[in-house]
This record gives sequence, C-alpha cells and structure tokens, in this order.
Amino acid sequence: MTTEATREKPSLAERPEGIEGAGFFATSLEKVVGLARKNSIWPLPFATSCCGIEFMATMAAHYDLGRFGAERLSFSPRQADLLMVMGTIAKKMGPVLRQVYEQMAEPRWVISVGACASSGGIFDTYSVLQGIDRIIPVDVYVPGCPPRPEQIIDGIIKIQHLVENESFRRRNSPEYKAMLNRYGIE
Amino acid sequence: MENIINALNEKFSAQVLSTEMLYDFPVVTVKKEWIVEIIQHLYDHPETKFQFLTTLCAIHYPEQKQIAVMYQLHNLESNQRVRLKIYLADLRPVTPTITHIFAAANWLERETFDFFGVNFIGHPNLKRILNVEEMIIFPLRKEYPLEDQTREDKNDTMFGRAE
Repeated sequence: MTTEATREKPSLAERPEGIEGAGFFATSLEKVVGLARKNSIWPLPFATSCCGIEFMATMAAHYDLGRFGAERLSFSPRQADLLMVMGTIAKKMGPVLRQVYEQMAEPRWVISVGACASSGGIFDTYSVLQGIDRIIPVDVYVPGCPPRPEQIIDGIIKIQHLVENESFRRRNSPEYKAMLNRYGIE
Repeated sequence: MENIINALNEKFSAQVLSTEMLYDFPVVTVKKEWIVEIIQHLYDHPETKFQFLTTLCAIHYPEQKQIAVMYQLHNLESNQRVRLKIYLADLRPVTPTITHIFAAANWLERETFDFFGVNFIGHPNLKRILNVEEMIIFPLRKEYPLEDQTREDKNDTMFGRAE
C-alpha cells in the first residue's frame, strides 16, 4: 500500500529549456508560444459519418479529449485552429470543405481521421472524394475504420507535436506558399 | 388484386402488356405512351385509389437495350400495393412526368435523371440532385464503372482484374 510520501507527484506541462533564477525564467518566445498553443487547440469537428461518432466518444468523459486542451469545439472556422475531417467526403461536399478550410485563419492544421477522409476508404466510387488531400493540405492522417478513440488521441498528440515545434516564420515561407499554390489556395 | 386488374381493364385493357405477382402485389407492364393516364386512372378510381407514390426508379437492361421505369403505388386505405413498369429505349429514354399527380415525383424523377439520364417531359426543374452538377455521365448505367477512375495506386491483381 502506498503512502503519501511514496506516491508519484502528478506531472504538469513540461518546462522548456531556459535560464532560471530567483523570480524569473528566461526562454525563447517560440517555445513559450508553442507550449501555450499546443495545450489550447480549438478544433473544428467536420464530422460526416461513423468517424464522427467515434469522435463523440473521444470527446466524452471516458476518453476525454478535453484533457489535452481541446475542450472548446468551434463550428465556426474563423475561431478554430484545427480542422478535424472525420468521415466520408463526397465529391459534392468537396467545395464546401475547401471553403471551410479557406475561412480558417493562420496558423491552422488539418487532421484527417479515418480511412474515408484519408483516401476514400472502402468507397472507391464515382461519388466519393478519394482522400481530402486532393483538395486541402493535411498534416496528420489517422487510419482506421473507424479509428478507436485512443488512435484519434494519438493523432491529436502528433498535431500537438507539430504545433509545439512550429517556427513563427513557417506560414510566410516560400515553401509553404508554394504548397498552398499547388492546391490553388491563395 | 382483382380490383386492380378490373379497374385497369375498364379503360386500358389493350395497353396492359403483362402482369406478374411479386410477393403479394402485382407488377404490371404497360405501354409507355399511356403511363400518365393509367396512373391518373388508378389514382381516381374508387376501387383502387392509389394515392401514395412509394417510389419511382429506373432499371437498365443492357442486353435488351432498354431502360425500364418503375412506379410503385400504394393504397393507404386498403394497404394494397402495385408496381407499374414501362420500357424505354436506352439510348435517349424519354417519358412524361407525373409531378402534377404526385408531388413526391419531383425529386424521385430528378434522381432517376441524375443516375440514368431519363428525360421527364414537363418536369419543372430537371437537374442533377445527388451528384455533382458538372458530371457528364449517368453513373448507374451498366456501361459506366463503379470505381473512381483517377486512382493510380490500386493493384489490379488484388481486385480480380489480373492483366
């Protein structure tokens, strides 16, 4: 039986490297902003099918995505950081998804949850878009049909890793602009 | 079942081509020029009163080069059903609309046009309903493949198309 003294202390967010002294802690701004951003991602759940139901389970109490800071879901793209595309996207839905992506403000990330959003999944037909990366750039793909909540959380943790380590200048860099041009997004 | 046959034979005995029983309701094949009048007659006739359109769809028979249009009607009072089938040439299938009899036929005929290319004369708004508006093919016809043709990464031997 463990006593108070031997029980492990709960861990807080990791402290970035920096110079510490009495009453101050100096580190680089990118690290602090990265830490703040990664623990307060506001997702936009673009849930269309079964993966949306798995996402509902992920947000519920048992698997709780709110632990990672993604408690406040936004259905307005203007206020969202992370576009979570969960479910089959038909070719008729494609322009809608693209418009939602274009309305998001930088910095924005996209996670494609499930087989249908990543590659069309089992539905290789005339009406299903074979992967959302045909119309918008995607950062993380979560395979599965549907992926379990643990897998969706793993995808979010990878997004958090990208968010934490992103440089301030990335969104203005010529490589990023070239990538957006490939999709025809200004 | 007899009341349906009698009601049809009152006015349209020459236009009924064949009748079969399917489960517990008849499937009546009729001449395509008379379909609107037959449906109106079955709607009004007091013995049949088919005033509910359950569904309407098309079937493509490529060997006979025909597209059949099937109308399934339901009598809500006596719980009777009937199917009416007409056969059209599959190159340019054309038939009059029944939206003035059943309002539900509006979207059902749009769906039939979207997937088979059947032209319903007199339809108020005949355009694609489920597919992308720019699509140029009619996907459910048998000559068009099911799969999306722009994929390059599928291994044909895994899908029974060993070439």
